[in-house]
Amino acid sequence: MQTIYLDNNATTKIAPEVLEEMMPYLTDYYGNPSSMHTFGGQLHKKIEEAREKVAALLNAKPEEIIFTSCGTESDNTAIMSAVESYPDKKHIITTRVEHPAVLNFCKHLSRKGYRVTYLPVNKFGQLRIEDLLKEIDEDTAIVSIMYANNEIGTIFPIQEIGEILKQRNILFHTDAVQAVGKIPIDTNKLPVDMLSLSGHKLHAPKGIGALYVRKGTRFYPYLIGGHQENGRRAGTENTASIVALGKACELAAKNIDDEVKYLSRLRDKLESSLLKLCPDTRINGDVNNRLPNTTNISFEYVEGEAILLRLNEYGVCASSGSACTSGSLEPSHVLRAIGVPFTAIHGSIRFSLSRYNTEDEIDKVIEIMPSIIKNLRMLSPFGRDKLPKECR
Amino acid sequence: MWDYTEKVKDFFLNPKNIGEVENPDAIGEVGSIVCGDALRLTLKIDKETNRILDAKFQTFGCASAIASSSALTELVKGKTIEEALKITNKDIADFLGGLPKEKMHCSVMGMEALEAAIANYKGIPVKVEEEGRVVCKCFNVTEEKIRKVAIENHLTTVEEITDYTKAGGGCGECQAEIEEILKDIWSVKAPEKPSKPKKLTNLQKIALIQEVINREIRPGLQADGGDVEIIDIEGNKVIIALRGMCTGCMMAGVTISSIQEKLRELVAEDIVVEAQ
Repeated sequence: MQTIYLDNNATTKIAPEVLEEMMPYLTDYYGNPSSMHTFGGQLHKKIEEAREKVAALLNAKPEEIIFTSCGTESDNTAIMSAVESYPDKKHIITTRVEHPAVLNFCKHLSRKGYRVTYLPVNKFGQLRIEDLLKEIDEDTAIVSIMYANNEIGTIFPIQEIGEILKQRNILFHTDAVQAVGKIPIDTNKLPVDMLSLSGHKLHAPKGIGALYVRKGTRFYPYLIGGHQENGRRAGTENTASIVALGKACELAAKNIDDEVKYLSRLRDKLESSLLKLCPDTRINGDVNNRLPNTTNISFEYVEGEAILLRLNEYGVCASSGSACTSGSLEPSHVLRAIGVPFTAIHGSIRFSLSRYNTEDEIDKVIEIMPSIIKNLRMLSPFGRDKLPKECR
Repeated sequence: MWDYTEKVKDFFLNPKNIGEVENPDAIGEVGSIVCGDALRLTLKIDKETNRILDAKFQTFGCASAIASSSALTELVKGKTIEEALKITNKDIADFLGGLPKEKMHCSVMGMEALEAAIANYKGIPVKVEEEGRVVCKCFNVTEEKIRKVAIENHLTTVEEITDYTKAGGGCGECQAEIEEILKDIWSVKAPEKPSKPKKLTNLQKIALIQEVINREIRPGLQADGGDVEIIDIEGNKVIIALRGMCTGCMMAGVTISSIQEKLRELVAEDIVVEAQ
């Protein structure tokens, strides 16, 4: 059975070009880039080349890129750097819909005595600038707001927020893990001080990420040890994965405009077809302002895990905000924050596409999904007429 | 991804007895769409013999909820209502070859639907949940239900209660209260542990020790890249050697004492475990 992989916000396939590029550094060139001998030392140059490619995708300077092990490390590093650099400031502002890498790190800091404000979002997942303005004060060490949401794809007004924070001289970090490689980002114009990205979301392997730190930003390292990354991130460089991330960024930069068009066309086809073919469905999030590859659809009266496992029988991979898929009993914090009724959260499915998806694959999903939903609804005690009043 | 048995997968993909029996003699409805799972069970019952002739279900929920509901209908068909009332959530889980522990609440839902249906058949008004004191407000779980499930399934921790009833799994505010309820239950009556054999010959003891170590200890250690080997058994003293990642592990002391605890629990109370 052919796998139809529509879970690219979870992770992506390694691009063949990326694998090819990194391979020699897993086999022949295993030296330590910090070594004095040529065998190891020559790798230093490869790392700097990769840094230039990552910087190019973001229109940044190479020295503004720090390689990390993942998006989570980048996020943790950015926030920790802010609180270490400004020890007198004890206030952090973020949103209710962040990735756990930011959300749980902030919760951790709040147990250590920091005051954390979690900004609400409206039903489309949008922030209100007034809410942010109300919360900023002299005690604010950093504002961390994601570029685009992983579950619903909503893109935040990072430009506008950045301009406000720049005027007030407040450090601004954005978790752009879901945005980098999917939509163009220009740090030369975008007023952010720090920006996180993750390799495996853009067809590089897992275990590599990067943090952009604008030149002139106060920085305090999170991993302390050797002098690697100019003393900003200790630990022997993951040469192969760094080379891979460089290549992945190069590929993304080359094709990004075409991919935006391609992915949004496929996504829109999938979404509009499912909405037409399956009654009682709704789109979650902001349809006018979101990642081109993401759609989050709620199918009423049925539960997400059941849908996923039926899809699994056809080799189709997607994900759900339902409580039953989370390992805990908590339904998606993002869908709750945007006020999706519990009934619809349980039946929410996220499809996230990549450049490797084909129109045939999308057609296949459009073909099988309506019968899966119909079938599960036949099993369900609820339906348009059967639903209790308070849930309608 | 959940580790479902083949039988769970089969009962989810090809559920038996879906829908509603015609002119049902008993209806049992539990759960709600808000909580994330709900089950409507309908039964056809022979009034002369009190035998369940047919059973059908409708379920909103995950794969294990659907499989548990379907398993329930298979279990009750042909039984008298007295026999059916003896079915516990464990029977439903066992019928399916087991459920992941986080999904045990699906089997509890099946048992409750059956109880509700039989009460309905007997003309007993459905117990309104509000009658009992609600402990978990997120999932509307009463103290009565927590006590019942804890005693029937020998549950001793808050996490287990959450796996079986969902209570404590939402905002988490009631976890301390669940802890108190558990303390109250088990301070009176210790949970029945799987009983260990009374008297063992030396050979039986050695065989049992090997079995327990192979079954209960090694898979966990191997998952972390370690292992354990029995070097010798002298009377109540078990001499072991830790292997692989366990060698020189900072937690080796903890590992050894947990092996000892397990052997004391399942073989004999006087066992002492020593590293070679």
